[in-house]
Parts: sequence; C-alpha cells; structure tokens
Amino acid sequence: MTKLMEGKRGLIMGVANDRSMAWGIAKACAEQGAELAFSYQGEALKKRVAPLAGSLGSDFLAECDVSDGASIDAMFDKLKEKWDNIDFIVHAIGYSDKSELRGRYVDTTLDNFLMTMNISAYSFVAVAQRAEKMMANGGSMLTLSYYGSQKAIPHYNVMGVAKAALEASTRYMAKDLGEKGIRVNTLSAGPMKTLAASGVGDFRMLLKYNEANAPLRRNITLDDVAGSGLYLLSDLSSGVTGETHYVDAGFNTTCMVNDDAHMKEFINLLD
Amino acid sequence: MSDIADKVKKIVVEHLGVEDDKVTDTASFIDDLGADSLDTVELVMAFEEEFGIEIPDDAAEKIQTVKDAIEFISANS
Repeated sequence: MTKLMEGKRGLIMGVANDRSMAWGIAKACAEQGAELAFSYQGEALKKRVAPLAGSLGSDFLAECDVSDGASIDAMFDKLKEKWDNIDFIVHAIGYSDKSELRGRYVDTTLDNFLMTMNISAYSFVAVAQRAEKMMANGGSMLTLSYYGSQKAIPHYNVMGVAKAALEASTRYMAKDLGEKGIRVNTLSAGPMKTLAASGVGDFRMLLKYNEANAPLRRNITLDDVAGSGLYLLSDLSSGVTGETHYVDAGFNTTCMVNDDAHMKEFINLLD
Repeated sequence: MSDIADKVKKIVVEHLGVEDDKVTDTASFIDDLGADSLDTVELVMAFEEEFGIEIPDDAAEKIQTVKDAIEFISANS
C-alpha cells in the first residue's frame, strides 16, 4: 500500500523538543513517507531541533525569525534552492511575555499585545504568503491553537486573543487560497505539557480540569495530535478547509463539570 | 535520599550531556553545567515525570543547583 504522505514535501516551523506538537506531527508525516524541512529560531532551539530533524533524515534546517520579513524571505529562498514545490506547512509558533500570561488580561501592555499578535497570529499569514508561491499543485497549511481563543481561560490572556486572530486568519486564508487548491486549517489542541505551555501561569490547573471534565476523562497525548495533524495535512482531509479542528478529548463540547468520581477527585485537589 | 540523588544526577547527565563527575551537589545547572533557560524548564519536566511529582512554577524557579533539585524532590515525594 502506498503511504499517505508518499511524494509529499513539507516545512515544519516551531519544533522545540521531542515533546513539541509540531514534532509529533512531523514524525507522523515522515513515517507516512513525507520529506521534511525544518526551521528554528535562535541557537538554543537549533541545538534541540537539529538532532530531531536528522533522525527523520531531513537535511534542511534553516533559521527563521518570523517577526522579521527579511528572515522569512531568506529561509524560503533557501528552501526554493532545495525544492521547487512544497505540499504542506506546519506553523507551530507563538510568543508572549511570560509575565503577562498570568493574572489579569486587562493589564496587557500595548507593546506585548502587538508583539504577541505579530508572532502568534500574523506570522502564519506572513509564512502563508511565501508558501503559497511554492504550492503550484495545491497544498495544506496547518497552525496550532488552543480553546482559550473562544472562551476566557485563566492566565491564557493575550495569547487567547492572538489565537482568536489566528483562527480567524485561518478562515480568511482558506477563502483566499481555496481556488488554488490550498487548504488552511487550525488544530486546536487540549492542554499538553510542552515547553511552550510551561510559560502559561498555573498550567497544571488547566491539565487537571481538562482531565477531569473532558468527555474522554483524560488529557491528550502527542500521538493524538500527531494523528489528527497527519489527517489535516494529508489527502484524507481533502474536503476540509477553514476549520478549527479540536483535539481536546472533547472538552470544548461540554459546558459543565463532570458529575463522576473524577470531579470529586478534582475538588479534593483544589482543597 | 541517595536513591533520589542518583536518579537526579542521572537525569542531569543525560539531559545536559555532561560528564558524571561534573554533576556535584553544588553544581549550578546554568553556571557550571552549561544549561540554558530552556534546559532548566526541561529538567524540571523530566524530574516531574521520573518522580511522579509536581513542581509548581515558584518552586521550579528556585531549583538552580543539583542539591536544590534533590532537596525539593526528597521533601515532596
């Protein structure tokens, strides 16, 4: 049987380490035959991504600072030297001042608001502009979000506002790029312990609450994200675009706490 | 205690890729063992996983040496 991603080439942006959602998705794509290129920002991340990229046989690893248009151009110029065309991109990038991912959203500063929106939302648009030119045969673009975009969630604050813009950008870009056969989707993952999540205040509380109250009564795993990411990047989802696809053990479909033993345990933990 | 200390040192050696004998009790992750700020976050996550404990953010910020880690884990596991 032909593998799902055989003959497909993709760019993965935003792997930090082997717990990263982007890494889970990349690995799943590689196992299904995809050829991958990776981008990173800064030396601290380079030393983490390089061995991971190498382990999947990737020989393209380039720096890209998404807050700098020239840096994005330079990375895509390098990528074009390697490949004429790509079939998919994974955008797993967000950033905010950690001190504003706790406490009150209302205290957000203009500087951090603009930076968070730029790096966590606009950068997907900036990357899509360049990627579109390499997707002559259509393609799939995927970004990552969290439910804090839809509902107010403690500590998620300005990142939630940026994720709302990211999900809206997904819909608008899906509309713009659809006629070229390019699909654009968001994967909204439930809380998972990643390096990025460590910046969110009291993240353990989100994990416990989700585990206790999600229909599946558990938190999601890297394999959950990888499988759904693979689906959205492959032709299995050929009729799907503009979507925010939840991979959250069903949490977003409920609005009340579970009435079972898990919840009693949760209440005990809060005491 | 010594069992915890051994496990902590093993995690530090593996994660930071440093020699066993460099990982003394007083060694600072950042100043002596070449860790960057992401390493310190990853180490705390590795300790949580290995010992099945939770290290809150304010406690994690205070864990700067091998000894700090051993003492916190001993007191909380």
